[in-house]
Amino acid sequence: MRLLGLTRFSRGNFAAAAVTVMAAALPMTAQVNLTGAGATFPAPIYQKWFSDYQSIGHVQINYQAIGSGGGIKSVTEGTVDFGASDAALTDAQIQNFKDKHNGHTILLFPTVLGAAVPTYNIPGVTQQLNFTPQALAGIYLGTITKWNDKEIASANPGVKLPSTDIVVIHRSEGSGTTYCWTDYLSKVSPEWKSKVGKNASVDWPTGLGAKGNDGVAGLLKQQAGSIGYVELIYAVQNHLPFGKVKNASGEFVKADLASVTAAAGALKEMPADFRVSITNETGKGVYPISTFTWLLVPSQWSDQGKKNAMVSFLKWAITTGQNSVEALDYAKLPASVVAKEQKQIADIQ
Amino acid sequence: MASSSYITDILRRPPERTFLGRLKAGDEISYLTTLACAASILLIVGLIVAELWTKSQPTVQTFGWKFLSTSTWNPNSDQYGALPFIYGTCVTSAVALIISIPLGVGAAIFLAEMAPPRLSNMLTFLIELLAAVPSVIYGLLGIFILVPLIREYLVPALRNTFGYLPIFEGPFYGVSMLSAGLVLAVMVVPFIVSVSREVLLAVPTDQREAALALGATKWETTWDIVLPNASTGILGSVFLALARALGETMAVTMVIGNTPKIAASLFAPGYSIAAVIANEFAEANGKLYISSLIFLGLVLFGLTIVINAVARILILMTTRKAA
Repeated sequence: MRLLGLTRFSRGNFAAAAVTVMAAALPMTAQVNLTGAGATFPAPIYQKWFSDYQSIGHVQINYQAIGSGGGIKSVTEGTVDFGASDAALTDAQIQNFKDKHNGHTILLFPTVLGAAVPTYNIPGVTQQLNFTPQALAGIYLGTITKWNDKEIASANPGVKLPSTDIVVIHRSEGSGTTYCWTDYLSKVSPEWKSKVGKNASVDWPTGLGAKGNDGVAGLLKQQAGSIGYVELIYAVQNHLPFGKVKNASGEFVKADLASVTAAAGALKEMPADFRVSITNETGKGVYPISTFTWLLVPSQWSDQGKKNAMVSFLKWAITTGQNSVEALDYAKLPASVVAKEQKQIADIQ
Repeated sequence: MASSSYITDILRRPPERTFLGRLKAGDEISYLTTLACAASILLIVGLIVAELWTKSQPTVQTFGWKFLSTSTWNPNSDQYGALPFIYGTCVTSAVALIISIPLGVGAAIFLAEMAPPRLSNMLTFLIELLAAVPSVIYGLLGIFILVPLIREYLVPALRNTFGYLPIFEGPFYGVSMLSAGLVLAVMVVPFIVSVSREVLLAVPTDQREAALALGATKWETTWDIVLPNASTGILGSVFLALARALGETMAVTMVIGNTPKIAASLFAPGYSIAAVIANEFAEANGKLYISSLIFLGLVLFGLTIVINAVARILILMTTRKAA
């Protein structure tokens, strides 16, 4: 037995050695490995991009969807090559990165756009509801507690709203969707801004916490008279009813790929570092609860092979890569943003 | 003769006292190996506590003991208090144990004492399978199957019978401490059944035969002779269940409602320590926020130790009384 085992072992070794020799003899196209971590919301499109790009650029990119906060932490600590986040980095987070990397900064590259939509389950109501910013803020502050409240009713003429209690549902775990939602509420409601504020998770004045988009949808389905918010993509793919939201121009807009891209296009001035919130933008057909999602790329790389791979991937993602985003229900970047990003890519050293 | 003197020589020689000689005996090896195993467990526990303690220093210095007694949890204003989470963890675990102890011990008694061996083995196998189901599955079953059943049948029944009690007051939204407790009960029952059955089977048959010979009925034998004999082991199974209930994360967060508020009613949503850590750690930004979550981990650690200690003291007291 032992003899047999030994033979097998050495045979395996020979095979491995043979493969190594053959591999060395072949003309090598150097395979570069990049590792990234961060936001879960854009993970499906990132995975598709990375797998598509592997055959084009000969780059193996591993992406861990651990959440935006985790992505920022990992790239700051240098445990991954790049990060990804649904919320723009704060000044403090950038300073923290600089402190740990000899003053070299981190660059933010918008990749796609997403949105948060109000979804609801009201027995007897089949029409698409209209929500004013005041209605959404009031509901989530707990000051509007009945479905037939005049703030909701006046925006929905012809809809017979019940007099039942509103059951508020929010995400329980920290998420970019919550950041986008609370960022919007902070802009439209001074009371929300002072009492609650914006963050990936906040101290909710009212409501139930459910884990993930699927948790919110699951709870919503069971609880009559409930309202929640989910990512646009999740609502579209799961055929959830969701309401229109009144934008800053006074128009009720349904979230879709065009109205979300319009929100980015409506931006008057894109700051040089792309750190911008596009909630509550003014403009025709603009969906107000929209957001960019960003790749976080260090400006200074010690490994030139990795740097070149990162740069060529970024160039590809914001140009050719944009063609495949709508198939996965992401909104693509407006051309003006792409042009600006291409300039920033040159800053990667 | 030369040869016989050689043999007696060997026999007379004192046993080798060299290190190698001792090792040959094997006792020392096994002693050192098992000692190392035991020490490594202590070391791991020690390292965990030390790490949690150092990483939670910002919170300890900012809030001190107030962290345990306040109930605000607001990442935006950097105010953190652990009380709602401690409360939710204790309440859901208590509900789980109140339901699962009678159920689990009852099932164990049937399996060990009453059921035919073949049926007993089969059922035990099935119950142990329950312990291997991932907790996310329990969470999904909880939210999609158990919660509607609770809403439909259990809540109205509790309202009609015990509605005057503050623990069954207020609106029921499906996700609640009651739902979390029930899901936990289902999850911990296999631990109680499986360990209790083994313990009951380990009670010597002589004891049963003696009781039966004295004219005791089958049930009297079980209740008065077998159960007291196995009580320490059964309590051990309860501790195992409790440890699982205190630390369960995924299933709890899916059905508890994730609301850091303290409510007397079991119908109200709550939050548990393990759930908030799992929910917020990945996205936590800010030193104090992260350190507060880490401190919560230490609190859970401490809570487990305190509850275990209290339970152990209870056992000591009851066994002494019995003696």
